[in-house]
Amino acid sequence: MAGHRILIVEDSPTMRQLLVFALKRLKNVDIVEAQDGMDGLRKVTGDHFDLALVDINMPVMDGLKLISLIRGEPTLEGMPICVITTESAREDRERALALGANEYLTKPIQANKVLSVAKGLLKIE
Amino acid sequence: MSNDGNGPYERGQAVLAIFKRGADFMKQLMDDNDSLRKQLSSVEERQEFAAKDPADWEELRVELLSRIRNLEDEREMIVEQLRSVESENQQFAERYLEIEEENNNLANLYVASYQLHSTLNPSEVLKVILEIVINLIGGEMFCLYVCEDGGEILKPVAAEGGTVAEFPVVLLGEGPVGEAVASGEVMSGESSGLPPAEGGEPVVCIPLRVEEKPVGAIVIYRLLSQKDGFSALDHELFTLLAGHAATAIFASRLYALSERKLNTIQGFIDLLTK
Repeated sequence: MAGHRILIVEDSPTMRQLLVFALKRLKNVDIVEAQDGMDGLRKVTGDHFDLALVDINMPVMDGLKLISLIRGEPTLEGMPICVITTESAREDRERALALGANEYLTKPIQANKVLSVAKGLLKIE
Repeated sequence: MSNDGNGPYERGQAVLAIFKRGADFMKQLMDDNDSLRKQLSSVEERQEFAAKDPADWEELRVELLSRIRNLEDEREMIVEQLRSVESENQQFAERYLEIEEENNNLANLYVASYQLHSTLNPSEVLKVILEIVINLIGGEMFCLYVCEDGGEILKPVAAEGGTVAEFPVVLLGEGPVGEAVASGEVMSGESSGLPPAEGGEPVVCIPLRVEEKPVGAIVIYRLLSQKDGFSALDHELFTLLAGHAATAIFASRLYALSERKLNTIQGFIDLLTK
């Protein structure tokens, strides 16, 4: 079975490590980390990913800008995106979803929740 | 006499053979009839005997009742076993959830501890502490204090949800923050959500200590709106931060100081040897 490739775009190393811990419980998964939106864009356009977890508040390029650029790229149109952020306001959520995010999780995250959302987006039983 | 097989003798023999077969068949029918009569008679006799003897009926009834009781007992036992298996299954499911939660909590604690000790750069250590409070605890407005002047003054050195200047300098033993740091006990209260400059009280104050010596404090004034309160994991994180963040700050400052001293000494040696 081909493995799932997941991209984590998050500026906090603490958060990245925590997400890697949670997602490693999925079998046959390959996780790539990016430290800001620009780094994420470079990695997502130069490779194939089955899922991207994107933070909103990041230096260089924020998560919303990254999402809009990903959704503007026809080859990346189908890639699911899950936003993980501290912003819990309804307008932030609606904005991210309108730009093309598929899921929206707020911090502090629970590993179970991340895992269940990732499974849903990757269509894993 | 003709020998072609159609003579009167041969024909007579053939007729006799037919009669013989008929007689044999008739005899067999009579025997079968007799056997069936006997069987019928035996069945009638047994039926009559059974119907007439109440003891047999009683014996049969007792035997059947006993079998019913056995089957009911067996059924009850199976139902009981099923209940026990279901209960065990439920216990396993609950235990699984508990272990999973514990695993998640341990992962959070491991990540926090790993990140705290991943650097000896003082500003990086402060950044890691801020990240832990934001991402793992869910603090929105908080300040990180470090002890200065022999530990008598708590000076704000990093903050989130406001600038460092918005958080007051605290004297050890004075006010809720100073008292918490002096006592070494985590202090928690009701948050007004206001910054300290507007009279806001901290929702929690985590004193940072190394070998009972105060090093600083993490003071949270407001939590993220999606955060309802503190969980058991948060309290574990407070304990971890109280020790590990203090050690990380202490070690990084000591390292920076030793590096500065080393550079000074090296410069002095270079000056003397040139």
